[in-house]
Parts: sequence; structure tokens; C-alpha cells
Amino acid sequence: MNILDQKEKGCCGTEKSCGPEAPLQGLQILPVPKVDDEPCCGPPAGPESSPLERPGYMLWHFVEGLINTPAGPVPKVKTVLERPDHLGTARARFGYKRNQYTIAPGLYGVGTPGPESPILVTANYKLSFDSLRKELTGLDSWILVIDTRGINVWCAAGKGTFATSEIARRVRNTNLEKIVNHRELILPQLGAPGVSAHLLKKNCGFKGIWGPIRASDIKAFLNSGKKAPPSMRTATFSMLERLVLVPVEISLIIRPTLWIFLAFFILSGISPDIFSITAAWQRSLMVVAAYIAGVFAGAVAAPALLPWIPSRIFALKGIIIGLLAGAGITAMYWDAIGVLESLTLLLCATAVSSYAAMNFTGATPFTSPSGVEKEMRRFIPVQAVAVVVAAITWIIAPFTT
Amino acid sequence: METFRYLPDVSTLQLDESTCIGCGSCQLVCPHGVFAVEPQGKAKIMDKNGCMECGACAQNCPVNALTVTPGVGCASYIIQVWIKGKDKAACGSIECC
Repeated sequence: MNILDQKEKGCCGTEKSCGPEAPLQGLQILPVPKVDDEPCCGPPAGPESSPLERPGYMLWHFVEGLINTPAGPVPKVKTVLERPDHLGTARARFGYKRNQYTIAPGLYGVGTPGPESPILVTANYKLSFDSLRKELTGLDSWILVIDTRGINVWCAAGKGTFATSEIARRVRNTNLEKIVNHRELILPQLGAPGVSAHLLKKNCGFKGIWGPIRASDIKAFLNSGKKAPPSMRTATFSMLERLVLVPVEISLIIRPTLWIFLAFFILSGISPDIFSITAAWQRSLMVVAAYIAGVFAGAVAAPALLPWIPSRIFALKGIIIGLLAGAGITAMYWDAIGVLESLTLLLCATAVSSYAAMNFTGATPFTSPSGVEKEMRRFIPVQAVAVVVAAITWIIAPFTT
Repeated sequence: METFRYLPDVSTLQLDESTCIGCGSCQLVCPHGVFAVEPQGKAKIMDKNGCMECGACAQNCPVNALTVTPGVGCASYIIQVWIKGKDKAACGSIECC
């Protein structure tokens, strides 16, 4: 249920506006009681509730008014991101409740949109919605948010939730044909894996027009007669675009960390005296260091330095940079360890880095699934052998001195 | 995306030129500039190795002249497919992209 559904109950969508109504004949309107600045009990009273609030609904901070349309009121949204938006973005980027960062699907407005204003379609992942609306300052337009289950446009298109049928359903639900005179939807180009633009018109009466990839090109696109040069139609993967993905990559890769550290502890304690707690503690710290170096190499350094690390194979990029990281850790403990243990630390960092870098393929806009599968078939065995050899050398090292 | 190239000779993209009507939809939606429409009115795959198998072209070809096995290029998803099989592997449950 969203605010638009109110129209079905007959409150709005009529000639009358939905805002505060003129007093009815014969009723006496009492003045709103003034709040005492220093109440006798409890904390000071908060601000009066916003006239935009509706019983049973949460009001988002980014709604700044209501636009009355022939199909009922439509929330008008701000085009400048505020503190809660930035905090929410940071939260999602770090992978915290990332799959619950959604807004209600339906129609929103920017500026003072009218019957001729363009309709821009996006996902109900709030990060997607925010990156669109922040580019729309001064552009009177409608935003049709479809239900992608909180997934961004491109991934949702791949998963089939940013789909022709879902767009058509939202168009009908929101009674778009009563709100605008034209019959065009501007679609984000990255939604194309899920949407057949040529089938949209049959499904909902609105024609799909492929807009640019990046929201920041929307204005230029509209100003040039809805034509996009190749630069607006090609995916990019700049340093910044890569770095914002790093926290999520790390949050995914370190999920089993506790179990891994426990395994390090147990393996490190195996000694000629059966099990040594002291050795378990001291030696496992070294493997932990190698593991962390591997995660850093594969999930931070590899994405950041992606174009400059040799090889197109991500797992191999991870090996190259992981060897460097592992060598650094080995050098750090050089005086305390032997050859076998050095080998463990080197292999551990390299295997972890290779796996982490290989996982980063899922976050890039240019790796084909066939290619990812090909490199996984070749390199997962390599990573597994490295881990097994690392474990063996680590276990036998205390018995050789 | 000339600066970023992935493994060559793996893409499953195929174009049936006899079916193609040269509408140019594939060229429009491809995020990697893989297609061009030739003067004689047929699309042509110009850069097959640039294809990331997203499936946008096939989804938007009005005459089904394009085929590609689209998929999620995500390591954890592929591991799930290996372990559980294609039907049970779900991208949603493992939070990839």
C-alpha cells in the first residue's frame, strides 16, 4: 500500500484537493492548543506533526510536499541529498541491511511536473532513487519507482525484477494515463537486460525510450531530443566507481572469518606436545596477519589497481598482488619463522587474495559469466591446493625444528 | 570500456543475420558498444570479446535474431550452481550484487 492507493477509497482523485479542507458549514473550529514551553513532566514537546503525514504511513524526510494530480496526490521529493540520505548510503555501502534499503514503489514528482513532463523509471533501492533525484534539480519530472525488491537497476534487470511486466503493472497502478498527456517512459539503459522496450507499449500503452546509463546524463539527454551519444551509452568503471564497492566486498568476504580464525588457532597449536595453547596463540596471529593481508590485497588493492595489475584473469591478478602482500608478511616475521612457515604465510595470503579478487568479478560491469566460470574452473583448484599445502607446511613445521 | 577487457573467446553471443531486420535496438542497449548496424541494413557484431553477456540485446531484439546465455557473473552464484544446481542457486539468498 502506498499513498496513491488512497484514491481507491474515494478520498482523493476527485475534483477536490486532498490537503486541509475548508471548514464545513456550521462547525466551529477550535484553535490548536499552544504547547507549553516548560511542561510539568516528561521531556519538552517535539514539533507539531507535518501536514504531509498520514495515519499508518511513515513520512520520508525527502518528501517536501504533495502534487495534486487528476489521479490523486503524488509526493514531491527533494533533489538535494541530506544527512539521512548520506548516512543511509554509507550504511548500504558497508553492507549493513543493504537488502532492506527500499522505498515504496509508485509515482513521485520533482519540481512542478505537469501533463507534459517526462517520466523517469527507476528501482526501489533507495540508493538508485537517490542517485536519480539528485540529478534532477530544476527539471520538472515524474519518477516512476518500480518494485525491484530493493535491488539496483542493473542487478534487478539481471535477476528479472526490473522487468517489462513490473513496469506495466506500476503504470496501471498509478493511473499514469490520467496524469500525463504523452505516452513515453524514459528507462535507464542498464535496465535493458530485463525489459523489452518494444513490448511495453502493448502491455501498458506507454512506449519505452532508452535513456542514458548514468543519471547525471539525464538532463543532457532530454535537452538533445532524447538522443544519447555513445559516451552516455557505454559503461564505465572509474577508480571512484570501483572504490565504493570495496566495503561491501570486504563485508561479504569476511563473513566466515571467525571460523577461519578458529581453524588457524587449532592448526597452530598442534605441536610435539600434542597441543600447545601458547603456540596456538602466537603462531595463529601470524596466519591471521597473512589472511588479513590477503583480504586487503584481493578486495582492496586489486579493485583499486585493477587496470594496472597484469593479466585479464581476476584470480591471477589476485595471485600477483597476494604474493606481494604475502612476501611483506613473511618479511615481517622473518626472524621468528623457518622456511616451511614462510611458505605457509606466502601461500595463505596468495590464496585468499586470489579468491577475493576472483569474487570481485561479480561487481564489475564488464565480466561475462562464461569468462568468470572459465577462470573459476582453472583457479579454484589452484587456490585449494595452495590452502592445503599451506596447512600441511604449518602443521609439520613445529616437528622439524 | 576499451581500458577494461575480459577473457576473449568465451561469449555465448550469437546473431542470426538472416533474421535481423536492422532496427538497431541491440546497438542502442548494449553497454559495451558491441554492435553496429551496417549500411545494408543488418546488425553486425563488431566486438564480440567486449560482450559481458548481460542479455540486453537479446531481450530487446524484436525478431529474436540474437541469442546469448545471460547470467550473473558472480563467483558465489556460480559456486552455488555447481553445488546445488541451476534451479536452486539463488542470487537473492546470497547477497551478491
